[in-house]
Amino acid sequence: MSSSNLELSNISNTHQLGLVMYTDYILYFQLAGIILLLSMIGAILLTFRQRTGVKKQSYFNQISRDPSSSIELKEVESNKGVKVDD
Amino acid sequence: MIEIGLGHYLSLGAIIFFLGTIGIFLNRKNVIVILMSIELILLAVNINLISFSIFSGDIVGQIFTMLILTVAAAEAAIGLAIIVIYYRNKGSIRVEDIHGMKG
Amino acid sequence: MEYAVIFLPLIGSIVGYLGSSLIKYFSEITTSVLVSISAILSILLFWNGFQNDTYGNYKIFEWISSGNFIANWSINIDPLSSIMLVVVTFVSALVHIYSIGYMSHDPHKPRFMSYLSLFTFSMLVLVVSDNFLQLFFGWEGVGLCSYLLIGFWYKKDSANNAAIKAFIVNRVGDFGLAIGIFLIFFYFGTINFKEVFDLAPQFLDKKLVFFGFEPSLITLICLFLFIGAMGKSAQFLLHTWLPDAMEGPTPVSALIHAATMVTAGVFLVVRCSPLFEYSQTALNLVTIVGMITAIFAASVALVQNDIKKIVAYSTCSQLGYMFFAAGVGAYHVAMFHLFTHAFFKALLFLGSGSVIHAFKDEQDIRNMGGVSKKLPYTYIFMLIGTLALTGFPFLSGFYSKDAIIEFAYLRNTSLGNYAATIGIFTAFLTSIYSWRLFFKTFHGSYNNKKVSIDETRESPIVMLAPLFFLSIGAIFAGYYFKEILIGHHSNDFWQASIFFLNEIKHDSIPSWFLLLTPILVTISIPISFYYFVTNTKILENFKNTNLPLYNFLLNKWFIDELYEQIFINPAKKIGSFFWKQGDQGIIDRFGPDGLSKLIKKISDKASLFQTGFIYDYAFAMLIGLSILLTYLILN
Repeated sequence: MSSSNLELSNISNTHQLGLVMYTDYILYFQLAGIILLLSMIGAILLTFRQRTGVKKQSYFNQISRDPSSSIELKEVESNKGVKVDD
Repeated sequence: MIEIGLGHYLSLGAIIFFLGTIGIFLNRKNVIVILMSIELILLAVNINLISFSIFSGDIVGQIFTMLILTVAAAEAAIGLAIIVIYYRNKGSIRVEDIHGMKG
Repeated sequence: MEYAVIFLPLIGSIVGYLGSSLIKYFSEITTSVLVSISAILSILLFWNGFQNDTYGNYKIFEWISSGNFIANWSINIDPLSSIMLVVVTFVSALVHIYSIGYMSHDPHKPRFMSYLSLFTFSMLVLVVSDNFLQLFFGWEGVGLCSYLLIGFWYKKDSANNAAIKAFIVNRVGDFGLAIGIFLIFFYFGTINFKEVFDLAPQFLDKKLVFFGFEPSLITLICLFLFIGAMGKSAQFLLHTWLPDAMEGPTPVSALIHAATMVTAGVFLVVRCSPLFEYSQTALNLVTIVGMITAIFAASVALVQNDIKKIVAYSTCSQLGYMFFAAGVGAYHVAMFHLFTHAFFKALLFLGSGSVIHAFKDEQDIRNMGGVSKKLPYTYIFMLIGTLALTGFPFLSGFYSKDAIIEFAYLRNTSLGNYAATIGIFTAFLTSIYSWRLFFKTFHGSYNNKKVSIDETRESPIVMLAPLFFLSIGAIFAGYYFKEILIGHHSNDFWQASIFFLNEIKHDSIPSWFLLLTPILVTISIPISFYYFVTNTKILENFKNTNLPLYNFLLNKWFIDELYEQIFINPAKKIGSFFWKQGDQGIIDRFGPDGLSKLIKKISDKASLFQTGFIYDYAFAMLIGLSILLTYLILN
């Protein structure tokens, strides 16, 4: 272990931490990361809820719209209306 | 001037630990305050670890402190998520209203 | 054959009850047939023993053998037990047959017949025992059956109370008997009759210290045995159960309270004659108690109105006669009177049962009368029974009763003379109340309000046939058995079964004395007819002017009330004190009740810890942890 005396050294504290953490204690560092990941997943999982009745736009549907499925030509006689089906 | 030695840091840690524990018992208002008190306890332990690390010249104490901090953060996140869900179900986060295990 | 005599009734009792659903009338026929076979066999045994001297002791098996305490189950046939066997089985068989008719409307017939047979078995075991323990077993068995039979109609409160009363008063007597047996075993080392009687002369001078007195051992033993006999045979102080025992059905009264159970006491005294003969004090006490009982019961019977109670008090009085005969040393005369009394008393009881049956369950003689033409057979049988009871010349009662009085007179002691006088006076009273019963029931005007005279019917043949046999016995038993049992050579019959210390005197008695009792008895018939039928006003006036005396007699000398004050109320108070304060207050309070309340209180307090607030739980954890740490650090 390179745990040398702190006052005698001329590298900063952070540098010292990095020197030890990423070499001797790498395993624990990674484990801490995984714990954080797990807690993130847990927090999201617990509080996530879908709201129903939310209106959203789907641009894919908008772009892939085809004239043949959206426009229709109708013959209209005079004085008679046209039925539009909703 | 008084020389600030190890004992002062340790007593600081002790006081903060004590404050954290009584914060749990003397709290009637808010469940989040309990979470804050738990963080205080963890912090007090960190202060102890760091002071021992400085005064004995071993860097491992500080490494351990960092890991503790990570875990504290993860646990606080989960705790807050639980409180959110609890609030959604019960509608209140007053500590006095949580007595489902009474009797 | 001996085994059959004893065990057939037991088999009848068990089979008769268990097989009661097989055929109609199964239990009645089985029990009656088995007991009748037993009766015929016992008559054969008696005859055999008398002619050919085939007496003996047949051991069945050894019951207890512990150290020098040996008790066997055995059948001991000797003159005394063989004559008792005849009496018991004969009367029991007739009562069984009678009950078929009397209890024909009862829904619990099998139980009744089974109890009757069980009683017969217990009495037989008592009579043929050769040691005190088997006798005590039979003693208790008849007490039990008496309780079961008196309380037969268990839905009636009064019957239940009477059954308990009988059992408890009997128990007091049994306590005395038990102490007597303990004393015998303690000093004699054995409880076999033969051995005890052989050892008796050696203990003549032994004295015990007993509550400051120094009675001789034999006297003390005889006193305790006599207390047992007093309880079982309803003698003066322990008589209170007998009138109340009339709550049971009439056949029960005939069997148990006339012929068999109540004679067990007399049997005990006669069986222990070798012991009693050595103690003049005990014999005197027996005589005195017998006399007092005789006159007490006769005086109370004069004013009773229930037909069965009159006959019950008559039994009590005649038992007094038997004891008084035993007390003057004439044991054979006591047995002779027991023998004849069984016949005419059972006849009177069964005849009263027939009368009750005819009047549709009416028992008060003031509500009867004038049915001599309508119930001819019952009339004749009751007439025979009453004549025999009063000692009318040449019927059986005459021989036995007069023999008692003669023997008392022959003793020539002051007690004997006094006893003879009381005996004569009581015979006069006996005939007065017997004729009173007879005339009020069958003569005079018809007094029944509920049943019209045309509805009274004679009893069926199944009830009349036993009456017929009993009346044969009542008429002829005295004359035919007189020579054998109490004649000059009676010792040839009794041999060793009864012990006489001094030779029996056969002096002649002055003829005025011999004639006194029969004359008194004969003239009482017209006297009672006049006072009870022709001119009842004189007696009414006499009763009204002497109302205190009338009430005294009617209330049985107020002895029941006296006992209630002295024994029953204190016992109730003590019992309820022990119940409320002792049992409930102390044992239950510190035991189950107190413990459960304590646990509930503790658990109630403990449940307060669960507040439901998590900070309380955390606080408790913290306290616990600190204590643990402190403990670890200090250690």
